[in-house]
Amino acid sequence: MTSKLKPETLAKADEIIALYPERRSATLPLLHLAQEDHGWICHEIIEWVAEKVGTTPMEVLGVATFYPMFHRQPIGKRHIRVCRTLSCALRGAYHTMEALEKEFGIQRGETAADGSVSLEFVECIASCGTGPVVHVDHELHEEITPERVKELADNIRATLSDPEYGKKEFVPGTAAWKG
Amino acid sequence: MSAQERRIIYAHIGQPGYTTDIDCYLRHGGYETLKKAFAMPPQAVCDEVKTSGLRGRGGAGFPTGVKWSFLDRKSGKPVYLVVNADESEPGTYKDRQIIYNDPHQIVEGTLITAYAIQAKQAFIYIRGEFQHGAKLLEKAIAEAKAHHFCGNNILGSDYSVEIIVHRGGGCYVCGEETGLIESLEGKRGYPRIKPPYFPAVLGLYNCPTIVNNAETMAQVKHIIAMGGAEFAKIGVPGDRGTHIWGVSGLVKRPGLYEIEAGKATFGQLLYDFCGGPLDGRTFKAIIPGGSSTKILKFGDRFKGKLPSGEEFDWALEDIPLDANSIMACGTGLGTGGTIVLDDSVEMIQALANLNAFYAHETCGQCTPCREGSLWLSRITKRIAAGGGREEDVPMLKDIADQVAGRTICAHGEAVAWPVQSAVPKFREEYLESVRRRNKGEPSPYALKLI
Repeated sequence: MTSKLKPETLAKADEIIALYPERRSATLPLLHLAQEDHGWICHEIIEWVAEKVGTTPMEVLGVATFYPMFHRQPIGKRHIRVCRTLSCALRGAYHTMEALEKEFGIQRGETAADGSVSLEFVECIASCGTGPVVHVDHELHEEITPERVKELADNIRATLSDPEYGKKEFVPGTAAWKG
Repeated sequence: MSAQERRIIYAHIGQPGYTTDIDCYLRHGGYETLKKAFAMPPQAVCDEVKTSGLRGRGGAGFPTGVKWSFLDRKSGKPVYLVVNADESEPGTYKDRQIIYNDPHQIVEGTLITAYAIQAKQAFIYIRGEFQHGAKLLEKAIAEAKAHHFCGNNILGSDYSVEIIVHRGGGCYVCGEETGLIESLEGKRGYPRIKPPYFPAVLGLYNCPTIVNNAETMAQVKHIIAMGGAEFAKIGVPGDRGTHIWGVSGLVKRPGLYEIEAGKATFGQLLYDFCGGPLDGRTFKAIIPGGSSTKILKFGDRFKGKLPSGEEFDWALEDIPLDANSIMACGTGLGTGGTIVLDDSVEMIQALANLNAFYAHETCGQCTPCREGSLWLSRITKRIAAGGGREEDVPMLKDIADQVAGRTICAHGEAVAWPVQSAVPKFREEYLESVRRRNKGEPSPYALKLI
């Protein structure tokens, strides 16, 4: 048991485990589930997943550190991930990153002091024809050239005080739908 | 005559009013093919796919029907189907469009395949970043279940199968089928050694397993719909059906173009479909089928013999878009994700960009790949940062030569091929990049790639 997660998360975990022929297969889904609830993977969550899927905390730690999507420390309220791989880079991703660093006053790999945003480079996120692409939490923003960074940054800042953020119905063709 | 698209997989994608719900799919003939397949014995479905000549769409291009025939049926163990939707090869974004715009097509193909191989359970392993894509697939599966196309006693038959959508965690190497299987078992995505771990014999939970690409599932649906023999009339000998070319990088109109195999050339793809180079630029090179395929340089001549015995002498623009022609030019069709580089690109930076990718994504099991990818990345970054030496250029090739062929999985080749193919073609430019920086001269390249 863990006090870090909501009761509905714990209930959902049991549903997920029941789907799989072998419960250890639920390791990644449970880590995703826990991270969506708690924001990052703390040691207590590692122990909880291990107990749930019937393995050792060491094995789960190995998994949580192998996959780049899992955070081992708290991150900003908004997670900005810029694709840096070749197709996006050819369209200016490094220049986009520099503009974002300026906008938020932080370097790639850092979280703002007020905990508002984390900024990082990631590898190819399979939207190569519309580069440079930027993932903001669950949203995929396309063709974010340096000129469009200001607009994106303003939108991100505006969402920080929006209580409906991430809760609206996704509309086809929008950044939320594609994310 | 200018080349045309032939949209089979993408027939409805981008059409106004076409939505992802099952009602729309049913209005467009959805799940009729599933009914047709269920009226056939499972082996007959497998035979149709074999007859079609379809090559898998995940990059390696292995014939799908042949892969299915490798399943170990004697062990008595359950058979698993795993659909690979981990689309991670840089330059590749074709499966994303099907998942986000026509998910039922993948679900129907998956159900037909599961029935054909008599799978006990099916999985769609989708890359973790496709968060909404995973939800769209889950919704499609739930709708299919409500219509008795999935789940218990499908269409009133005695065959039952469930599909689980399983999200990855952002790891390129989990697109490799044995790495994917380890990941699906809840472990780090360390690829397994073959032999003995051929998935068709010792796959998921050490049971016989078929791992097929997501687009391959959609192709299977169309093979059964039109019949294997009819499908085998599309394309050219050795490469049947259509390929979705996903062009990215420096062209006027990057995008996805579905073209019958062998019925257009790279010249037509880049000029007719993509509108040619950006204004004032000239093309320099392409990476034809995802970042792991060997680079081709504009201005080079490609000479040799096709498997048919026919001799050829082509410019890059003349190369036909089919697996055998592209392979005969020393590279591969891969996933059809073509990355285009023009004269604004400093090639050492482009190589440093890819080397950084492979160094980040190596799983670390095999020493040549772990150390080789890291050193290739460090050396190219060092050259780009101005600390390079002329002997670095041949050293890159030396290191790459010691990685390829010496690793458990093909990540070793993916690390080595960009370097092994680019160094001989761009040696002079690389050396010039080293010299210019050492002399402190300004760079003529404004575009930063590393």
